[in-house]
Amino acid sequence: MSAIASSKAVTVTVNGVEYEREVEARKLLIHFVRDDLDLTGSHIGCDTGNCGACSMIVDGQLVKSCMLLAVQADGASIETVEGLAEDGELTALQQSFSDHHALQCGYCTPGMLMSATALLRTNPNPTDEQIKKALQGNICRCTGYWNIFEAVKAVGS
Amino acid sequence: MLLREVEYARPASVAEALAILKQHDGARALAGGQTLINVMKARVASPDVLVDLNGLDDLKGIELGSDGTLTIGAMATYTDIAGSAEARARPILGEVCLTIADVQVRNRGTIGGNVCSNDPTNHLPPLLCAVGAEMTIASEDGERTVAAAEFFLGVYLTAVGPGELLTKLTIPAGKHDGFAAVTLGADGTCIANAAASLNGSLRVALGCVDAVPIVVQPASAAEDAVREAVRGAGLMPPSDVHASSEYRIHLAEVLAVRAARQAAERS
Ligand SMILES: Cc1cc2nc3c(=O)[nH]c(=O)nc-3n(C[C@H](O)[C@H](O)[C@H](O)COP(=O)(O)OP(=O)(O)OC[C@H]3O[C@@H](n4cnc5c(N)ncnc54)[C@H](O)[C@@H]3O)c2cc1C
Ligand code: FES
Ligand code: FES
Repeated sequence: MSAIASSKAVTVTVNGVEYEREVEARKLLIHFVRDDLDLTGSHIGCDTGNCGACSMIVDGQLVKSCMLLAVQADGASIETVEGLAEDGELTALQQSFSDHHALQCGYCTPGMLMSATALLRTNPNPTDEQIKKALQGNICRCTGYWNIFEAVKAVGS
Repeated sequence: MLLREVEYARPASVAEALAILKQHDGARALAGGQTLINVMKARVASPDVLVDLNGLDDLKGIELGSDGTLTIGAMATYTDIAGSAEARARPILGEVCLTIADVQVRNRGTIGGNVCSNDPTNHLPPLLCAVGAEMTIASEDGERTVAAAEFFLGVYLTAVGPGELLTKLTIPAGKHDGFAAVTLGADGTCIANAAASLNGSLRVALGCVDAVPIVVQPASAAEDAVREAVRGAGLMPPSDVHASSEYRIHLAEVLAVRAARQAAERS
């Protein structure tokens, strides 16, 4: 019989670093990563699963981390925006966001980058439609969608 | 947001999940969480124990029988269904799954959660009524099957009772299906939708017009026959900020015609 408990020891690997923490079952993954692991790159926009600012890649799958409990991620390998650049070197996608002025206030950017990263991994040459569909779950309150689209397209082609 | 205190279990078998659900009155199944976590945030639901079904591989299979019958585990996600070669035997399923919300929601949301939440604006309840799906419901006392048309009982209410789990959905062979919706933006929430299946006789299921999908059986897929059948249903849909009741009745008729046409034209 598996244990029924209000908190649990959770081990996760985030951007290649392993963490072990005791976590309350009621804690959302986004709060665990931001507050307990102090990785504040991922943002909370809506807290209702609508905006995508909290998007992370968990075991290879893009998810909204405000819609997942931290205890559900036990054993998982998680990628957040902090893991994209290596040794301070931006990824081609990040550089393209900069070149295309694809961020204004920057609040949506971590989620946009994770969604676009997930897309380009499985589909390195997406069509315009595929790019739009891949970013469907990410809202930009500054409404800079066109430049974001152009930035992704430039890396894809 | 911080949820109310809750206990968590991740059972390793369906039997264990059923045992926990039976022992704890306040226990609730957690599937994709794409509805449940939100209603917990809003304190609309406050389960005492969450029984996470994500470890149960038995509930994730998608199988195609030699007679064309498709069996889909309740925990198959929309992404799983859209990517499954077996599920392509009934192409409408993957096509509709790919129009639900966005990549992130599709990666987590499950067919079982979609029907068990029975939000009247959800995509899959009318679709599964149209294709004539059967739901298998398990409890510690055994298993029973319920036809889709009898599965949906009210808003957020289905034939799955306390201590029970939906384990799988069985969908008969057939290809001539259609689905049409008017949504809030691309891949958005449905204002009205209709699913049609023309395998033998025509069956059309209308969503967003009542607490449960409304099934009508037009005499043929001809436009007049479909319109007449929808009118005969005496729809009294709710009005909200997106559409008045009258406009929803109009949409139901138009969408039923489109879905039926797609079903008839699909080879
Ligand atoms: C931004 C956003 C947009 C969305 N837009 C749409 C849309 O346009 N169309 C649409 O159809 N859906 C939409 N959804 C809802 C989404 O499809 C949900 O995934 C779905 O409604 C519930 O499935 P789930 O697997 O997430 O279930 P959960 O949220 O985990 O569970 C929902 C309910 O079903 C019960 N349950 C789940 N599985 C079982 C089971 N096997 N046996 C018994 N009970 C079970 C749970 O206890 C709970 O009460 C949207 C969600 C979000 C966040
Ligand atoms: S904060 Fe998670 S989707 Fe908006
Ligand atoms: S850049 Fe401000 S929200 Fe997108």
